[in-house]
Amino acid sequence: MADVRNILLVGVGGQGTILVGKILSSGLVKAGYDVKMSEVHGMAQRGGSVSNQVRFGKKVYSPIIGKGQADILVSFETMEALRWLEYLNPQGKAVVNDYRIPSAPILMGKCDYPEGVLETIKGKASTTVINAGEIAEKLGNPKAMNIVLFGALVKSMGLTDIDWEAVIRENVKANTAETNIQAFRAGMEASI
Amino acid sequence: MIKLLTGNEAVAQGAYEAGVSYAAAYPGTPSTEILENIAEYKGDIVAEWAPNEKVALECVIGASIAGARTLAAMKMVGVNVAADPLFSFAYSGVNGGMMLVSADDPGLHSSQNEQDNRYYAKFAKIAMVEPSDSQEAKDMVKAAMEISERFDTPVLFRVTTRICHSKSLVKTSERQGAVKKPYVRNVQKYDLVPATSRKLHVAVEARLKALEAFANETELNFTEWHDKKIGIIAAGVAYQYAKEVFGDKASYLKLGFTFPLPMAKIRAFAKEVGTLYVVEELEPFMEEQIKAAGIACIGKEKIPNIWELNPDIIAKALLGEARPVIDYDPSVVANRPPTLCAGCPHRGFFYELAKLKNVMSTSDIGCYSLGGAEPLNAKDTTICMGASISMGHGAQKMYDKFGEPLRAIATIGDSTFLHTGVNSLMNAVYNRSNLITCIMDNRITGMTGHQENPGSGFTLQGMPTKAVDIPALVKAIGIDHVRTVNPLDLKEVREAFAWALALEEPSVIISRWPCVLKKHSAADREEFGDYRGTCVVDEAKCIGCKACVRTGCPALRFNKDTKKVKIDAVQCTGCKVCAQVCPKKAIAKVGE
Repeated sequence: MADVRNILLVGVGGQGTILVGKILSSGLVKAGYDVKMSEVHGMAQRGGSVSNQVRFGKKVYSPIIGKGQADILVSFETMEALRWLEYLNPQGKAVVNDYRIPSAPILMGKCDYPEGVLETIKGKASTTVINAGEIAEKLGNPKAMNIVLFGALVKSMGLTDIDWEAVIRENVKANTAETNIQAFRAGMEASI
Repeated sequence: MIKLLTGNEAVAQGAYEAGVSYAAAYPGTPSTEILENIAEYKGDIVAEWAPNEKVALECVIGASIAGARTLAAMKMVGVNVAADPLFSFAYSGVNGGMMLVSADDPGLHSSQNEQDNRYYAKFAKIAMVEPSDSQEAKDMVKAAMEISERFDTPVLFRVTTRICHSKSLVKTSERQGAVKKPYVRNVQKYDLVPATSRKLHVAVEARLKALEAFANETELNFTEWHDKKIGIIAAGVAYQYAKEVFGDKASYLKLGFTFPLPMAKIRAFAKEVGTLYVVEELEPFMEEQIKAAGIACIGKEKIPNIWELNPDIIAKALLGEARPVIDYDPSVVANRPPTLCAGCPHRGFFYELAKLKNVMSTSDIGCYSLGGAEPLNAKDTTICMGASISMGHGAQKMYDKFGEPLRAIATIGDSTFLHTGVNSLMNAVYNRSNLITCIMDNRITGMTGHQENPGSGFTLQGMPTKAVDIPALVKAIGIDHVRTVNPLDLKEVREAFAWALALEEPSVIISRWPCVLKKHSAADREEFGDYRGTCVVDEAKCIGCKACVRTGCPALRFNKDTKKVKIDAVQCTGCKVCAQVCPKKAIAKVGE
């Protein structure tokens, strides 16, 4: 469906992709879109590769995004961007966190963390690289890395008409709302 | 209200609205959140975790016969466990409406096989509905209750991972009052002795005919006319995929009530369209029946019957179309398999188990299923819930008979032991094998995301309750040799294995330590204390031997350039398993 837009969030279990998917989809629903979102639970939670797929538009059928279909690929971890790159529309945008989490085979020294991932992606698609970990750390909350990336996503997708700060407040614990909003703003700025 | 709900949340909402009063389940991906969400309706719905799916279904059957609307939920392999009561309840029929949610897992995201449970409806001769999004998941609970009561049949409510775990918009309503029918003793219906069941089988066949007539009338099965050159029959998420690919370029017969199939409606649809495709995920369940009815259609010769279906597969198979993709070399991307968490109590236990020689390590379904991977390589088999103990017993008998020096060691979690392991252990005692059974009690049902169980001390709806005393239980079964160990203490684990291997009678080692992700109860805090902290590596002492890395802890990072190990302070929980395997005592817990 031509009017449907596709957002693919990928990362590693435990990085908070699910919360971003939740904030994103609830904001899109408020804005009046038909929204479908798909995520995979279960074994993926134990440090595996995870994806969260959000599709929105006038009418959405499939809850999953096909290869070459994502308008934006937001990768919370550097190498994961490369794993999922075939899902990105060649005309789409990649937002990649400059943050490496070595997987089990890498930790054991069975293989190496791939070099030049960011360069490869930049050479293939319109790419924004963000050091969300550093930004979140500067704000005093390394865990808000996911919301920094969410800010970058909103900016890159041009979804700035929605009152995201209100949506964030509704979806996070009250005592973390302010840090998360700061993280969101920092992510928006960083993606210019 | 309009809400964005997962299919599982929508089923729970549907149960609430449809006046369901009782629901029971055993957790299993992708079904788990159905009961977790139903549990929120305290006061309206009694929601319970049962120790296994057979018990869950039997409880639900009892509640239905008592006159209430009821629901059981389980993953597809759970239906195998519950198949015994299901096939007989199909004969007796219901009093209060009853549905069984079978949550199938095409693509094996979190399962040991890829079975297509639609065949259960045909096999058990019961009605089946299949929602294609969350709105239908909610609405079809009510429809299932009405069908169940009207036709006196259990209803198989079949969903898949992409229905369970996808969110879409749902219009919610108020709860319709829970109507409890009176219980009336009726031995001709509920007392399935052969003389009764013989008669009931006749009634079951008549019911199938009535259900097929209903299938042809119900709005759950509807036609969408567009271009008639292509006609598509689809159900469940496959319908959404087909719409995604063909849009208005095809006509659809969308089926929500999928057993018995509405063959008259299918025949009429087939007559109107040029080429008829049956688009279904996994097996040719509909296609086989449609072809057997003499209606020409195209299905599995184009669309594979393995793994998840998606719009890309349909577009390529039926239209020869594929979107352009970015061309790159994905082979440089390292695998990222799921691993045991940093601080997982299973790690130390498996580390010691893997060092034993002449051992067959039979294991089971749970987080410890991950213990077979590199670098632990600590288990040999996983078949199904509870099988570790019974398989270990059978294997041990053969090693003994043929004089081979192997010893079977079974590893099973607390929840899985209480699921179906108890009977297996009883068998090992009864049939006199010297099996070593390790119950890895992490005080919760771990893999599915921390559900209470009969050993955890709480019910699904948060009531404190009796916790099964596992050491007392295994002693009562007849195990004379029982030891409980702290799995974070490797010496204790090692000594327990040596002790058990020297015995000529069956023994049980209980590894008791809470899941590192578990929210500790007051009892946990009292028993296990506040052990959390962080370990650090003294780089001057580290010789880069990687002994610690071979525990497979994701908090340990070996630096190839410096040949030293570093510990990620964010992930480390201070379990000290790595410190115990370090030959140079280079690792210590901060503050100790």
